[in-house]
Amino acid sequence: MYPAPFDYHRATSVDDVLTLLAEHTDTAKLLAGGHSLLPVMKLRLAQPELLIDINDLDELRNISVEADHITIGAMVTHHTLATNPEIASAVSLLVEIAHVVGDQQVRNLGTIGGALAHADPAADYPAGMLALDASIVAMSANGERAIPIDEFFTGFLTTALEPAELLTAIRIPRTGDSFGAAYEKLANPASGYATVGIAVALTTDTAGEIDSIRIGVTGTGASAYRPTSVEEALIGSAGDNATLKAAVRTATDGIDVMEDKHGPADYRARVTQNLIRRAVFRALASANGA
Amino acid sequence: MSPTTIDVAINVNGETHQVDVEPRTLLVHFIREQAGLTGTHTGCETGQCGACTVLLDGHAVKSCMVLAAQATGHEVMTIEGLATSADELHPLQTVFWEEHGLQCGYCTPGVLLSSLALLRDNPSPDDQQIRHALEGNICRCTGYHNIINAVRVAAEQLTPDQLSAQAATSEVR
Repeated sequence: MYPAPFDYHRATSVDDVLTLLAEHTDTAKLLAGGHSLLPVMKLRLAQPELLIDINDLDELRNISVEADHITIGAMVTHHTLATNPEIASAVSLLVEIAHVVGDQQVRNLGTIGGALAHADPAADYPAGMLALDASIVAMSANGERAIPIDEFFTGFLTTALEPAELLTAIRIPRTGDSFGAAYEKLANPASGYATVGIAVALTTDTAGEIDSIRIGVTGTGASAYRPTSVEEALIGSAGDNATLKAAVRTATDGIDVMEDKHGPADYRARVTQNLIRRAVFRALASANGA
Repeated sequence: MSPTTIDVAINVNGETHQVDVEPRTLLVHFIREQAGLTGTHTGCETGQCGACTVLLDGHAVKSCMVLAAQATGHEVMTIEGLATSADELHPLQTVFWEEHGLQCGYCTPGVLLSSLALLRDNPSPDDQQIRHALEGNICRCTGYHNIINAVRVAAEQLTPDQLSAQAATSEVR
């Protein structure tokens, strides 16, 4: 099972990548971990003429924890995120998510930047990035910009990245006290992808009630999204079951819910609601120190 | 389209194989057809079954999901690199034999290398950790019970020396 022929270039620097991308904008693809790209190339769904391997760019593998945010290099692997002590103390939701991406072999090579740029509708990170209010750092020959995560996922396998842009890093705001987060996933037993995956990040006030909340949904629609009406309905709630049940009813409003062999649309919608309830419940317990 | 080939040099089980190959050559095909080591099996070729698992710089990867070009300059260990000679089994293989951790054997090279990577990283895994580490290796014969059992017994019996025949490097590449 071979991809169509292509030319291969092992990039030596970010500038090297940006120059090549500017020259071959419509015909080149970037090779990170390869665990999303190579399968679609084998199926001939993608037939790039030039593959730019960015695995030697160690500057894209840094993790830095700063006062107000954490920066994660695009080439940091799932394995590193699942096991890195700095990530564990600064943004434990990422550890939880990275731990359930694919399997041991996939986690050893697959990267967070690659997964986000590919934007598979059933990938795990998009939900987490939406919940954590991340921003995506992208570079091109024209310079660097930060894309708010709410503007990043634009459709099925589509992002706000321009064709000549390189996703270099992910920035995640630091969180304070009374913060809780959780990821709930119904995994497809064969592929490991999320049939539905729900990430929740919230803060509580002194009464233990929700005063801010972000919910990321993956697997349900053509791309990851935030059910903002559910978020709004949960503000001021202590997470009692009646409020939660009422709030999640709108979780798939306005969403073209996916329907495939892994589940019909009404099933996915129901799972989406139930996993939101579970994730909010667990995030609240964590925020309130239970 | 592009008829070009590239020069690839990969250290497989301590021996460097240098060959001109098409850029689209997968590591699993390089191992089987260029290095001539057919113990690494191709299964689904879509990155799901784990039959083609090898160690790349000490870390378990699916060799059908890596280009040979990507592995240039890196160290690969296949199932042939596990035992010190063709006439004897590595202690991990012996445990799988004794505990009936295989039936047809097609998935076994991949299972053994995933298990080795696990035990080097975590010499005393519990059953949950063993199952998590082997999620990427599909076996259609055993029902997994004896595989999990074999890894558990290996964790009890194998010495650190037996696990670290080739020391893993710290970074995944």
